[in-house]
Amino acid sequence: MGSEEKQEPNAREAWELEYQKASLRDSNFETMSGVPVEPVYGDDLFPGQYPYTRGIYPSMYRSRLWTMRMFAGFGTAEDTNLRFKELLRNGGTGLSTAFDMPTLMGRDSDSEWSLGEVGRAGVAVDTLADMEDLFADIDLSQVSTSMTINGPAATLLAMYVAVAEQTGVEPHQLAGTIQNDILKEYQAQKEYIYPPRPSMRIVTDMVKYTTAEMPKWHPISISGYHIREAGSTAAQELAFTLANGFSYVEAAIAAGQNVNEFGKRLSFFFNSHSDFFEEIGKFRAARRIWARWMKERYGATDEKAMLCRFHTQTAGVSLTAQQPEINIARVGIQALAAALGGTQSLHTDSFDEALALPTEDAARIALRTQQIVAHETGVVNVADPLGGSPYVEWMTDEMERQAEAIFAHLDDLGNGSILEGTFNGIENGYFVGEIADAAYRFEREVNSGRRIIVGVNDFTDGDNPEDRNLLRIGAETEEYQLKRLNDVKTRRNQEHVNSALSEITAVASDPTRNLMPAIIAAVKTYATEEEIANAMEVVFGTYVEKAIV
Amino acid sequence: MGDHQQRVILAKLGLDGHDRGIKVVARILRDAGMEVIYLGLRQTTASIVAAAEEEDADAIGLSMHNAGHLTLGPKMAEAITAAGLDIPLIIGGIVPDEDVEELMDAGIAAVLGPGASAEEVVATVQNAISARDKA
Repeated sequence: MGSEEKQEPNAREAWELEYQKASLRDSNFETMSGVPVEPVYGDDLFPGQYPYTRGIYPSMYRSRLWTMRMFAGFGTAEDTNLRFKELLRNGGTGLSTAFDMPTLMGRDSDSEWSLGEVGRAGVAVDTLADMEDLFADIDLSQVSTSMTINGPAATLLAMYVAVAEQTGVEPHQLAGTIQNDILKEYQAQKEYIYPPRPSMRIVTDMVKYTTAEMPKWHPISISGYHIREAGSTAAQELAFTLANGFSYVEAAIAAGQNVNEFGKRLSFFFNSHSDFFEEIGKFRAARRIWARWMKERYGATDEKAMLCRFHTQTAGVSLTAQQPEINIARVGIQALAAALGGTQSLHTDSFDEALALPTEDAARIALRTQQIVAHETGVVNVADPLGGSPYVEWMTDEMERQAEAIFAHLDDLGNGSILEGTFNGIENGYFVGEIADAAYRFEREVNSGRRIIVGVNDFTDGDNPEDRNLLRIGAETEEYQLKRLNDVKTRRNQEHVNSALSEITAVASDPTRNLMPAIIAAVKTYATEEEIANAMEVVFGTYVEKAIV
Repeated sequence: MGDHQQRVILAKLGLDGHDRGIKVVARILRDAGMEVIYLGLRQTTASIVAAAEEEDADAIGLSMHNAGHLTLGPKMAEAITAAGLDIPLIIGGIVPDEDVEELMDAGIAAVLGPGASAEEVVATVQNAISARDKA
């Protein structure tokens, strides 16, 4: 898997044929001064052509801009529902849900673990009733929804399906993504419930279920974002993420799934940090590596199963608590890198996120920032505008080279299986060790002054802590949610709940059966998220990470 | 104090899994010559107090990134006092400036915000320990 493969001499004609088939946005595709520009420049490789280094579609943003998908969620489901409607009114085109810590960990709001966390960093969902509030008055057949949840992902997906059904929307009409990337939880984000192997079984069941029932749904968003936030380098983010992707592919193939079918619906989620060209090289390398491995190693023949589609979020970890308003500039630069890297959707961070959850004003400014990139800069007129630059091509190759070295290590660790290599790397602390080393190296550079972070270790004048207007979530959210949960528990039919939970335990004990139908049946009885998690935990056990510094 | 090596317990209390900061702090303190015992994720006030007693710790450091500091910080301070331990509790992470006073009133010895330098981290822990030793 070396350098760029030479295309046939008729690559341009082949591309032109495809480009002509694409429907284009209503635009003149000219510069601000009226100079018409071509859809792409260069002679060798074109967007939409294997290995897709230059983009996954022939016309890229001339047909469709990236989805401006702003992550939102705080307080109660009703609060978040209002924020969703606000984003849709403001021109946002997809919903993205942040859940609170208890929900992410499979704990109910009334668990002793949940004290102080209910509704703080996202929305609290205990039962189907909360999901009904969260999506009230939103036509689920018309929006695409992203749900950021992993450990209890199956339960949240089941609730989404059940809410849609109540309004007459069938599973096959539902479009969206559930993160459901459990491997990176052990490596970086640490929101796991069960050990890696049973967790992988749940993920595989979800892949099977969505492949059969939900053709517009992306059952896994393979996420490097958290790996980077935890401190990895760009190349580690790239390599660990794609290796996790290879692991899901190996698990699905082992479960009898067709790589061409499920491969089409895998998607990725990357970080866009501040080192502009490194990020762009990373995005380009991701597409190339994924396409090659899917084709050459996993035998995909359908081109759609070779495409690395990805969502991007600007780097939360790059935001400074000092002079927070200057974060708007950082976010703008990172958003531009994502656009130049060919992202399919983008969340731009709010400038106040190093201090607290974003206020509505800060979230609006963040959305406006990517709208400026999309509508004012002209970068959307030409696909892969930096392709062919010697520096950008070199950086793309370098990212690929570093990633391939890591794949070779994991392949070795797993005796020819990336999946086993990844399990072993989780168990022996390889991933967490590499990430912690990189994070510490970065901190030392900042601390020694060799790396300047504006406003933190240089250019520190102008910080006005007293001017800040931060979002506060009061204790009333917790009180409201506890009452709501209690009401639901009183109203539901406890016998129905109990038998649905027993069925989940029975299915969990039988690896030949799929967990999804049993979980969907359970959420409809208003069984809580934690009850469902416990019904599986009795079979699967729990995971405790070794504390390694 | 003498030449006793300072021993610090670091932990993540509750569900919050953001451990980048606390791992960096662990290495900074270790590089400064302290003995660091990192308990890891998903600790409870009881497990942290038990470890502090068992290890005869000089200080406890918590890292909090989920806006739970006003609930969990004071709860941890109470647990330390209730166990009869006279050691400082230091909180690091995402803590808005205006919450610092409330935390100090609740018995937290010091708060380290985002962007604190290695020197500030070490000095804050050392000062918290020596203030307690003199008191």
